[in-house]
Amino acid sequence: MTPGPEHLIIAPILIPFFAGALMLIYDERQRSAKLAISLGAVMAMLLVGVELLMRSKGSALTGFNDIGFYLLGDRGAPFGIVLVIDRLSAMMLVLTALLALPALIYAAAGWHRQGQHFHSLFQFLLMGLNGAFLTGDLFNLFVFFEVLLAASYGLLLHGGGQLRVRGGLHYIAINLTGSLLFLVGVSMVYAASGTLNMAHLSLMVPMLPEPQRVMLHAGAAIMGLAFLIKAGIWPLSFWLPTAYMAGAAPVAAMFAIMTKVGVYVLLRLALLIFGAGAGASAGFGAEVLIAGGMATVVFGFLGVLASQGLGRMAAHLVLVSSGTVLAATGFVLAGGPVQILAAALFYLLSSTLATSALFLLIEPMGREEGGIAALLALTADAYGLDEREENRQPEVGLAIPGSLTVLGICFAACLIVLAGLPPLSGFIGKLGLLQALVASGSATGPMAWIFVAILILSGFATLTGLVRVGIQTFWASDGAPPRVLALELAPVVGLIGLLVFLTIKADVTLGYMNDTADALLRPSIYAQGVLGAPRAEDASP
Amino acid sequence: MEGVLSGAIGVLAASGIWLVLRPRTFQVIVGLCLLSYAVNLFIFATGRLVLGAPPIMPRGGFIDPTAYADPLPQALVLTAIVISFATTALFLVVLIASRGLTGTDHVDAQEREP
Repeated sequence: MTPGPEHLIIAPILIPFFAGALMLIYDERQRSAKLAISLGAVMAMLLVGVELLMRSKGSALTGFNDIGFYLLGDRGAPFGIVLVIDRLSAMMLVLTALLALPALIYAAAGWHRQGQHFHSLFQFLLMGLNGAFLTGDLFNLFVFFEVLLAASYGLLLHGGGQLRVRGGLHYIAINLTGSLLFLVGVSMVYAASGTLNMAHLSLMVPMLPEPQRVMLHAGAAIMGLAFLIKAGIWPLSFWLPTAYMAGAAPVAAMFAIMTKVGVYVLLRLALLIFGAGAGASAGFGAEVLIAGGMATVVFGFLGVLASQGLGRMAAHLVLVSSGTVLAATGFVLAGGPVQILAAALFYLLSSTLATSALFLLIEPMGREEGGIAALLALTADAYGLDEREENRQPEVGLAIPGSLTVLGICFAACLIVLAGLPPLSGFIGKLGLLQALVASGSATGPMAWIFVAILILSGFATLTGLVRVGIQTFWASDGAPPRVLALELAPVVGLIGLLVFLTIKADVTLGYMNDTADALLRPSIYAQGVLGAPRAEDASP
Repeated sequence: MEGVLSGAIGVLAASGIWLVLRPRTFQVIVGLCLLSYAVNLFIFATGRLVLGAPPIMPRGGFIDPTAYADPLPQALVLTAIVISFATTALFLVVLIASRGLTGTDHVDAQEREP
């Protein structure tokens, strides 16, 4: 058998795996070589992601929903391991690559010198993320979650220092407990239904007898808890701001998508297993998602108002963003119209990009207070390696003039997107969400109106909080403007550029989201697509 | 047999949860270990308890599946053991780093004010 184009589906997992492993061979001092490999791998991932996205858009023949699948070892679908690509996973793959590229460029300005194996860990994180988006069965989802978590533990501690070790300690303890919950949930789902394949599971659910259904519900609830911890839903989110704040800037920028992995899995599994066609199980957990999501948004915007620093504020904005999408998922699960989901997906895209840009802005904006210089002194002791003499060198690279102006414009753009003001993409997402919620009216009941109010309030709180920081930094500061390297600003400008592009091309993107949401609400497309996957052995006589 | 196993899982999980909620990092890590033992036993038990039944079927012919143990939970539990062992080892490293950096083994890296 010759390798055909279908093998491209596994590329987003293999590229970072080999790139990360290859870089372990290189000595820590050959940073430019590592950086080149890392950037090359991310570029390749982006290209593959875009190609897969184009492919999953399909043609009129397949109803614009091509489900790609990859049978590992050519075993048939419910028994073997299967990778699945559809519109949603393709979108998440592209988003991951789009976030990884600026984070890497930013790291090249200095952060990747602060500890060991930054680039390898970064690639393994990407491998875990891509795998979690692609996998078609529950246990592999667990394995890829562990891959991305293990890499994230290392990355969070990158740079060392007391604050990071303490934040990392809490983060690891929480996530280990979450993983154990995940395992309990997966095994209960298996005990109830006898399958771990998501597509197979979705076909089994309507036919389950009552005792098994109770067990499946319990298993799904426990498993859902594990995802909700990762998504940072309200009572389970107290670890998140400290951990995200403690991370190095490029790491925090990449972590902006880590909560979205939890959101993605909930979106996929809830709509697949407990969608409208699930018989007695339809809509299971919708109330929890609605109430929890709204509580998260409220907690997030109160946190934004209460925060003293930009770091904590950005971490709470991550909560607002994931809470909004969770609540929207709940509304759709409860029978809301498809437009809510489409707008929520668009909102997810633009808010993830904007929070990531904000995390990259924190450090250059706070530089006058000795940002990186103080950190270097702190970390030099923890990593008493060959870093010591390098730490004494001043930052090398092109410093740009008028840095305060560029910083200010970038910050304002992030603010506009996150608060949902016109003209940038945040407005389009939020407006779509509000429109769909108001139009749904009777279908979702009074909760929809409460959510509308919370959404508007959260936008206002975001605006207030961020404007306060902006005034302090850009207008009320009398010190010399911070020295900012072009390498640090380029990724932020790139992310803002993406947001502008997203705004200009909003009709195309929204069209894509509409079809994606439509496909998500008809899980039979996914299930039949996966279970009908022909084996290569059968196909070629 | 079911009673003994479920009792063991219960005792392990309960002690694990109690230890995870303690303020010392060493207690937390022992608690996580106990919890992961409980979870591993639980996964194993989802394959139903059978005595002396092989998990792998011979090739060909009609086979009575009730005479065999479910191999999938056994495969899952192996993966789960490896992963939780590795992540616990990693946690241990962070724990020691925290102890070295702060001089205390409190989970918040500082002793509570008396």
